[in-house]
Amino acid sequence: MRETIQFTLNGRKVTLDTDGDRTLLWVLRSDLGMTGPKYGCGEGLCGSCTVLINDEAMPSCQMRTTDAAGAELVTIEGLAGNGRLHPLQEAFIEKGAFQCGYCTPGMILKAYSLLKANPNPSAEDIVWGLEDNLCRCGAHVRIVEAIQSAARILKGGAS
Amino acid sequence: MTHPDQDLHQTAESPNTPSMTRRGFLKRMSALGGGILLYYTTGPAELLARTERAGYIGSSIPVDFNAFLRIGADNRVTCFTGKIEMGQGPITSLPQMLAEELEVAYEDVDIVMGDTDLCPWDAGTWGSLTTRYFGVFLREAACEARGVLKEMAAERLKVPADRLETANGAVFDSNNPGRKITYAELTGGKVIERHLKELPPLQPVSEFTVMGRSFDRRDGEEKVTGKAQFAADIRLPGMLYAKLLRPPAHGARLKTIDTSAAEKIKGVRVIREGDFVAVLHERPDRAEQVLSQMKAEFDPPTKGVDDASIFDYLVNNAPSPNIVSSGGSLETGKKSATEVLEEAYLNSYVAHAPMEPHAATARFEDGKMTVWASTQAPFPLRDQIARILNLSPDKVRIITPFVGGGFGGKSASQQAVEAARLAKITNRPVQVAWNRAEEFFYDTFRPAAVVKIDSGLDSEGRITFWDYHVYFAGERGSDQFYDIPHHRVAAYGNWMGSSTSVHPFAVGPWRAPAANTNTYARELQMNLMAARAKADPVAFRLKHLKDQRMIGVLKAAADMFGWTPAPPPSGRGLGVACAIDAGTYVATMAEVGVDKDNGRVEVKRVVCAQDMGFVVNPDGARMQMEGCITMGLGYALAEEVRFKNGEILDRNFDTYTLPRFSWVPKIETVLVDNPGLSPQGGGEPAVSNMGAVIAAAVHDAVGAKVDQLPMTPDRVKAAIQSGA
Repeated sequence: MRETIQFTLNGRKVTLDTDGDRTLLWVLRSDLGMTGPKYGCGEGLCGSCTVLINDEAMPSCQMRTTDAAGAELVTIEGLAGNGRLHPLQEAFIEKGAFQCGYCTPGMILKAYSLLKANPNPSAEDIVWGLEDNLCRCGAHVRIVEAIQSAARILKGGAS
Repeated sequence: MTHPDQDLHQTAESPNTPSMTRRGFLKRMSALGGGILLYYTTGPAELLARTERAGYIGSSIPVDFNAFLRIGADNRVTCFTGKIEMGQGPITSLPQMLAEELEVAYEDVDIVMGDTDLCPWDAGTWGSLTTRYFGVFLREAACEARGVLKEMAAERLKVPADRLETANGAVFDSNNPGRKITYAELTGGKVIERHLKELPPLQPVSEFTVMGRSFDRRDGEEKVTGKAQFAADIRLPGMLYAKLLRPPAHGARLKTIDTSAAEKIKGVRVIREGDFVAVLHERPDRAEQVLSQMKAEFDPPTKGVDDASIFDYLVNNAPSPNIVSSGGSLETGKKSATEVLEEAYLNSYVAHAPMEPHAATARFEDGKMTVWASTQAPFPLRDQIARILNLSPDKVRIITPFVGGGFGGKSASQQAVEAARLAKITNRPVQVAWNRAEEFFYDTFRPAAVVKIDSGLDSEGRITFWDYHVYFAGERGSDQFYDIPHHRVAAYGNWMGSSTSVHPFAVGPWRAPAANTNTYARELQMNLMAARAKADPVAFRLKHLKDQRMIGVLKAAADMFGWTPAPPPSGRGLGVACAIDAGTYVATMAEVGVDKDNGRVEVKRVVCAQDMGFVVNPDGARMQMEGCITMGLGYALAEEVRFKNGEILDRNFDTYTLPRFSWVPKIETVLVDNPGLSPQGGGEPAVSNMGAVIAAAVHDAVGAKVDQLPMTPDRVKAAIQSGA
């Protein structure tokens, strides 16, 4: 059903006039031109389409657009602030925590959400926190290292 | 449809197609801007190739160094390559090689990859050939360009050429370093139409300052910010998203279809040409929804094989073998054997399952087709599309954005043909992005295969004979490298070519094609023989090795691992495997835990030692080794495609299981120093040991021989219970 839906996308107000039952991933990618969230499986099984809804990582392929109404929505495009990369982004580069880069937006946003909930994660916390995000290239070891490194920097910066 | 691999290998461009003529080439080069700096050529360009460029992978590669590099008016250098970036890292390592040989700063090199209008012809990005072969061509091009620049500088500076040296993008007088001229000042940003009669020597390893160093991946910032574009991220004005009607099973034929309801929907276009049926809309979700409501009936395929019956079927339908190697006399070897092992090993179909499904965006404008495609083979794809759409190859341009994983699966690019067809029919830009079910359905799987090995030991614990028969995996990695007096290796069918018709669907190259299957069989057999000989599996291998590179990697792995000798099964869960792939030697050791009750295998630690010759980017090489090890856990333990009567039963990640974070063991990599050998393959070799090393470790843990990959809990449990 057509409806007017408003949310904040990467800090900017968005007003959409569309069928609220449409899948959020496709609205982001085609209507709003935000191609950072990737299609990987369409069934919430891989994490490539992860976005932040009020700082919580969610699979946008499993969300209706109407579910985002009124929310603060962040895609990977909106993570860097004031032209500066987020410490997670910097750590992913420094540790070489990606290869093809297709799962990377989802990995970083999932990690962001994890660190919001748990600023001091152990390696095991990270492993289980990212268990549902798939990476086919096998960058797993470095992804865990990058998240640990970013966690240390974020703690230092916050104090 | 013709088989994609056949397509791939039949489209080797002959050197006289329009884009390959000298005039066409220069026109293309000058179209990049800057014009052409004309000189009398000192000889036919064909004489300038120093490295043999023969066979499919080399025959059509240009010899003119201008095809590989361009010096801009700003003294920045652009590297052109037909190779593509799918995660394996040439976006970083090729500029390193160019910078080293041309003597420019690494930071001053840009790179254009996989664009058929701009880049030199290339067969495709596979076979771990980028550094090994293309890298040599690139270095030769840079070396010649540097020599030409010195000649030009000698004239401009009025200094004898032998007194000139190059550094940091400039030529200078070694007697008076202040007397210098930059490359850009020499060329004015133009193509240099001048060549050398003889190629000077390449830079010696001892002088390397850029090669051999670890640089961060240069695609980092794009990939962590979402700026990196993949084929499905291309947005063009007026673009339509297309979803295509797919059969429920391979071999099913479209009987009836009713498109009338869909055609009435506002904004929907329906295209039908025989079985080729597509729904197009400005919104991808709408196109998919409309297609899903379309009524279509298919005739089911005739009853066929399934994932259990396939192995007998393959052996029974095998063509006559190709003898890969043989020596001595098997009869003599058998007579001197006191112990004989007759084993058979199976492996199932495995999917590539890149995180990015196949996607392409096509635009047909002013008679020219441009396709942004996730492909490993842009030039063969260009020729394929040209043939199918009846266009001249120079009227088709493939642009390869970042590719979200390939592993061999994007050597075939049916989706790009579909997008191009639809763009031509509709005269609108069209995107075709497969969903995960389509990706599994049309994947060119790693072939199911059977390996039979008979081998024997004498009373001294030496292998007396080795009789090896591989069905449909392919030859790569089948030839054994142990010192065995009487041996034969026979390969029936391959992973490509006409023998693929025996399979119920397409098969193709899967990261280190054939080598995974052959290494699993050979190395597990070696482990079982060591057990029979009551010998430590490392000592048993060393006893049968003369090749110093293999001895080197095996010892390096053992050192890092802290290997202590014991004959299997020792109960410790330790395994070892060795392989040679793409010119690289690999030895891998693993520690596993096996739950005897449920058959679950946990891989705790993997050590991998690799001799890949000179290492261009050590950190990049380690990333590939780690990736190989992690990816290899999948085909070793869980990945297999189940099917019945042409229907693919695993169509998403709920039932097709990829390795996850919790599976990943402690991984340690060793790069064995061998700088005197030119760089060898890096993207594939380490994956080929993974099935073998885990199977050997499982055997060592519980004494069970698991003779089928993947080693699922059920199979491990069955092997334990059967006492095999």
